[in-house]
Amino acid sequence: MIDEGGRPIVPDRHDGLIRSFQLERITVEISVNGSARRAEVEPRTLLVYFLRDSLGLTGTHIGCQTGQCGACTVLLDGEAVKSCMVLAAQAQGHEVKTIEGVAPAGTLHPIQQAFWEEHGLQCGYCTPAMVLSTIALLEDEPSPDEHAIRRALDGNLCRCTGYHNVVKAVRAASEKVAAGAQPEPFFTR
Amino acid sequence: MNPAAFSYHRAGSVQDAIGLLQKHESDGAKLLAGGHSLLPVMKLRLAEPAHLIDIGDIRDLRGVRLDGATIVIGAMTTHRAIERDETLKAQCPLLVDMAKVVGDRQVRARGTIGGTLAHADPAADYPAGILALDAEMVAAGPEGERTIPASDFFVGFLTTALAPEEVLTEVRVPVMAERTGTSYQKLANQASGYAVVGVAAVVTLAADGTCEAARIGITGAGDHATRAPAVEAALVGAKLDDGRVGQACEKADEGIDLLDDLHASADYRRRVVRGLTRRAVLEAVGRAHAG
Repeated sequence: MIDEGGRPIVPDRHDGLIRSFQLERITVEISVNGSARRAEVEPRTLLVYFLRDSLGLTGTHIGCQTGQCGACTVLLDGEAVKSCMVLAAQAQGHEVKTIEGVAPAGTLHPIQQAFWEEHGLQCGYCTPAMVLSTIALLEDEPSPDEHAIRRALDGNLCRCTGYHNVVKAVRAASEKVAAGAQPEPFFTR
Repeated sequence: MNPAAFSYHRAGSVQDAIGLLQKHESDGAKLLAGGHSLLPVMKLRLAEPAHLIDIGDIRDLRGVRLDGATIVIGAMTTHRAIERDETLKAQCPLLVDMAKVVGDRQVRARGTIGGTLAHADPAADYPAGILALDAEMVAAGPEGERTIPASDFFVGFLTTALAPEEVLTEVRVPVMAERTGTSYQKLANQASGYAVVGVAAVVTLAADGTCEAARIGITGAGDHATRAPAVEAALVGAKLDDGRVGQACEKADEGIDLLDDLHASADYRRRVVRGLTRRAVLEAVGRAHAG
């Protein structure tokens, strides 16, 4: 059904009234991994959908969509945030870094390298988010102890429950970063 | 999981936000701060505002400053910023202690003190501290600014004294008196991190070690955060040893209509309220002695 203005008419589930409204679109421009990216989205579009669906950056994963699991963690102006808890519109004019932007193509960031070497993952679903949270942690605290690591990753759930090796990986990563390690070419057999 | 459709407005200033609220209030408008309380509620379709007014980019609303004997905290200051603020660490460690136990690191990076206070979740942490610190909330509205004392701010379940067209702009906290200690004790729900019960205590000792002033704020126990006047009255004027404090804290749940839900029974909450109040007061006394 459409009204005389050509707008869709949608029944309101709660009060039983019929409301009509234009499905509004807005243009959002966000700096993602260093380049300005623009897309037309609904105002209610979450940042994680903007990244995955509008930009095709599917390294940011969707776990719970309720702000519990942290699988969608990205850096927003350098801070680790859950991208299912931020509207794309709120990020307009701000800087986002996703897992695709942590190291040049074909290389691994020292933190990614450490997760590989220490086997800091099992199924790997939560790993991009763990890496981004680790980047944010090491910015503040270059050599965190186990307590600080667990506290910083409190918002990143691993449903394989592989936390032990994650902590080892973050420790190893902190040593690599402190030693000035640079991204290394990706090793393939 | 998306919220229902809405129109998005980004306010450039507090005046702008008030104007947008006035314009859209009749259709259902909500202020969007960090969004970490509002967006989850909207995803569950428990709220479906037709307009969201984003105050996230109003610079004036962020940051902490000293104004004489008052610490002024902008409403849009995040928990992460509070956790790391040097002025607060020195002058108001209670808020720093509370900020550290809010949610997780990602939540603290976006969630704001003003957002959490205006949302008034009965299990949020800050309300207990805001009451114990005797803070004031500054609200700006169409008729100008007004100041709301903490004791009048929380009025019911998810309900504050703010009017629909008002913007919470600042939290004003008095600088701590000499020989004052503070503490926040929290029993967190293991899944959500929210307080099953949280108790904040601010205790000032006289030079002879007797209690000169005591204020207790309790969150999580009832449908909104409250003071514990019976405990406060029993502490003031006394030498606060273990026995005296324990006795006083038996009154901690007086006047609270205790919640009874799947997280904890009313009887369990009563015991936790009393126990945490005792711990909070004793720790605050210890810190007041330590200077």
